[in-house]
Amino acid sequence: MFQHDRLSNDITLFQKIKNLDYILLISVILLSALSVFVMYSTDGGEILFHTKNHLIKLVVFFPLMIFVAFFNIKFWHNFSYIIYLIVILLLIYVSFFGIKSSGSQRWMDLYLFVLQPSELMKVAIIMCLAKYFHRLKIENVNSFTSITIVLSIIIIPVIFVISQPDLGTSILIALSGLIILWLGGIKIKYFIYSFITFLISLPFIISFLKPYQKLRILTFLDPDRDPLGAGYQIIQSKIAIGSGGLDGKGFLKGTQSYLDFLPEKHTDFIFTLFSEEFGFIGSVGLLILYSIIIFRIVRIGAISRSNFARLFCFGYAFAIFIYIVVNLSMVLGLLPIVGSPLPIMSYGGSSMLATMIGFGIVLSAKINHKQMIA
Amino acid sequence: MIKSNSGIRKTDVINRRMFIIGAAKVVVFVGIVARLFSLQINENKKYLTLSDKNRIREWKLPPTRGNIVDYFGNIIAGNLKVYQLHIIPEQVENFNYLLVRLKNLLNLSDKRIARINKLKTELKPWDSIIVSENLSWSQFVKINNYLYDLVGVKPVMTISRNYPYNDIYTHVLGYVSQPNEQEILENETIQERFVPGMKIGKLGLEKRLENHLIGTNAIQRYEVNAYGKRINQLEHQKGEQGSKIRLTVDTEIQKACGELLNEKAGSISVMDIYTGDIIAMYSSPSYNPNLFLFGISQDEWQLIRNNPLKPLINKTLSGLYSPGSTIKPIVALSALENKVIDTKFKVKCTGKMELYGQTFHCWKEKGHGWVSLRNAMKQSCDTYFYEVARLLGVDRLNITAEKFGLGKKVLGDYFDNEKKGLFPNTKWKKNNLGKGWVLGETLITGIGQGYIQSTPLQLCMMTAQIANGGFAVKPKIIVDSNPISYEDAKQSMESGLLFDTDSEQLLDKKLFKNQKNIKIVQEAMFASTNERFGTSYKSRIDDPKYQFAGKTGTAQVKRISKRERELDLELEQIPYKDRDHALYVAYGPYINPRYALSIIVEHGGSGSKAAAPIAKKLFKLIIDRHDLRNKQSNFERITV
Repeated sequence: MFQHDRLSNDITLFQKIKNLDYILLISVILLSALSVFVMYSTDGGEILFHTKNHLIKLVVFFPLMIFVAFFNIKFWHNFSYIIYLIVILLLIYVSFFGIKSSGSQRWMDLYLFVLQPSELMKVAIIMCLAKYFHRLKIENVNSFTSITIVLSIIIIPVIFVISQPDLGTSILIALSGLIILWLGGIKIKYFIYSFITFLISLPFIISFLKPYQKLRILTFLDPDRDPLGAGYQIIQSKIAIGSGGLDGKGFLKGTQSYLDFLPEKHTDFIFTLFSEEFGFIGSVGLLILYSIIIFRIVRIGAISRSNFARLFCFGYAFAIFIYIVVNLSMVLGLLPIVGSPLPIMSYGGSSMLATMIGFGIVLSAKINHKQMIA
Repeated sequence: MIKSNSGIRKTDVINRRMFIIGAAKVVVFVGIVARLFSLQINENKKYLTLSDKNRIREWKLPPTRGNIVDYFGNIIAGNLKVYQLHIIPEQVENFNYLLVRLKNLLNLSDKRIARINKLKTELKPWDSIIVSENLSWSQFVKINNYLYDLVGVKPVMTISRNYPYNDIYTHVLGYVSQPNEQEILENETIQERFVPGMKIGKLGLEKRLENHLIGTNAIQRYEVNAYGKRINQLEHQKGEQGSKIRLTVDTEIQKACGELLNEKAGSISVMDIYTGDIIAMYSSPSYNPNLFLFGISQDEWQLIRNNPLKPLINKTLSGLYSPGSTIKPIVALSALENKVIDTKFKVKCTGKMELYGQTFHCWKEKGHGWVSLRNAMKQSCDTYFYEVARLLGVDRLNITAEKFGLGKKVLGDYFDNEKKGLFPNTKWKKNNLGKGWVLGETLITGIGQGYIQSTPLQLCMMTAQIANGGFAVKPKIIVDSNPISYEDAKQSMESGLLFDTDSEQLLDKKLFKNQKNIKIVQEAMFASTNERFGTSYKSRIDDPKYQFAGKTGTAQVKRISKRERELDLELEQIPYKDRDHALYVAYGPYINPRYALSIIVEHGGSGSKAAAPIAKKLFKLIIDRHDLRNKQSNFERITV
């Protein structure tokens, strides 16, 4: 034990840089560069507000990722609960003093930029649960106490986020938490029972949904019922993607987006614009790039000695996967419209901040993959 | 040891469960790729079409109307470039300031300003508002000079209908103006090609030939954004101008008609007696059709509407007049054909005729003494024709008159305002008035008064059919697809047959039983104009080249009372409304006749004084232009 501790403390800055995962790093840089070009296209081929801000955020958050990576994974393990608590406090703060915009209250003004704490929770919950399962004895995993605790850890932030209201983010937080439960060894039958219970209670859940949320589900089931109203986004998105064809309409030539048929093209529908301009080939290419990132994160988890790092990496890889799947399914008309950004590609500071911190911790796990955590 | 064991077991669980997740991830990604494939590869065409439908919008432009030309190819209804002024609201910095500037520059009315403000609220900010549809050149120059100060103003050049001869052809051509909703709905072609700002025929040939003249829309394709704003032009598809229509009319003669009837109410019709070509058809007074193009002002409209000479009525086709003595050639012909009289038949005119206690006056109070047909026609003796009509009976007269085109539309369905007129018979009176025919009515029918009503064009055709030797002509105003030259028409007529251009068959179009009778009537008409004591002797032309034969007529508007008859008032002493209509029908040249005409001067007094002198002036011109007309036989084939 002692030996290991000594080893890890000895790592120099040079070794840290050397131990970074360069495939992951290059993939993230590629994705970031791509996102700038796509943002440039959403601005109609000019460097306007969105492109500029997106670039500034990348320039700030990318070094932040490296900075995060240079802290020992043990540090992040030690501070996991505190970070989780801080984000909970931020959620509480936002629910009282947050900035309201288009009917929901989920932001806080930090003068330099507007922070959305629920985005940070996406990472914080993984850290918190990873630490919890890391410390939990395998025998106690399925004990009543531990299950109660882990469910509370998930449910508390979910309730705050749902009440903002922000269904999309709360689902993503819940899924990120549940995956750690799964990886941590909670019995499969519990998952099956919960799923069945969920299906049975679905009608009741739907009855609690807000009218606009019900409308979204109805619209998802039949987008043509109101093509100019609720179904407009999804129909226009499918037209844009479908008309992209094999090789796309070309960079800056996506008619659906630059003629403003595409709504929310900077954020949730950024993939639509990308897919319209770069076609099937470009879309599959982007998916491959994301797959490489996910695969590298899983690999880092697999070589990590500590279960905290392992759980975090696996959990975070899954979270990234889920963000992509939810976003793509939404714009491809496979899921109802729930607000969920595409990691790195979508315009949005908090999402990028959370994603970059996540990557940072993953890189920290890589640098310190031999680190054992008691 | 236990602890590390537990740690290893935990790691195993995590790794095992991660493997399951990994497999699930692959499946889901494959699913997403499959969805992408189905959208982008399988259904690409469908979505490309939808995308184009989103972004491409077509704008139809007003079609260019076809020209209408006269027989010699002069454009009588054409198109002119006009300068318009548009405002594009989104480019305007200060709308109110701009309106004040324009108001001063163009003298816009307050009403117009209010209208522009209303349009501004109704239209999208990038849709242009038409401030002025037709700027004068000086206004256009003014605007261009101040353009630096008029941000958002766009001077535009466009094409508009134009009638270069102003009021000369109004009653023939009609005019174009903005259609109302019903007019759009009634005509499928208009419905299909309608665009705001387009004008359609409202009257006359412009209306009748709408579907030929209208032309096809030019189409502009634009890329638009989600809000419908035009981003850039993709394509411009040119429209086709409407068909060119060539009429049979001669602008020089039409113009002369206008001058001759200047400040008079009346009508002149001139027809080719063989081909039926209408050479001129003028109703006076006329009005300027160009006034209607951009919406006539209320003042100008009232001026036309309230003119006592009624310019809005096409007197040639819709004016119904008693033919007066101009009917006498038909009465004479009918009597000759029915062998009621012969050239030797004589009547003694004492200035009046008594019948069942009623007195029928001849226009000449002292009477004409013993008159034969020739003299009676020449001096227009009423007593002679009372007697002939009495012997003939109205029913036999009616048959002849209808044969010669009275009581029937002349131009068929070309003008929907053409009237049929009326030539009465006993049956008609019984059916329509429920009363039996009275012999006295036969007498006044014999001098063209009473129930009888005819249009000037009917009288012209009647005269033409007498002049050509008694053959039916088919009047026409459009040079159609099967034109027949003057020579061919004349030849086929003289052979007793007529080539019918519709059925393309030679038909027997003889209107007489014995052509000698036609000749007798022609000679009587000749005498009336060219022999001393003839009613139109003063208007004769002695030069055989221009010499014409005709018959005057004076149609009573009001029954003349005994007192008035005794007073024998001068024309100027009678109120305008009560003055007689002056009529004259004629054909010429007498040897080898070519043209027939009818002249009516409303409330002009006697035919010999008011109408016949017009014929004298007109015949010279008509006959002088005959050779020109003959040379112009390069018929363009136009299917109408």
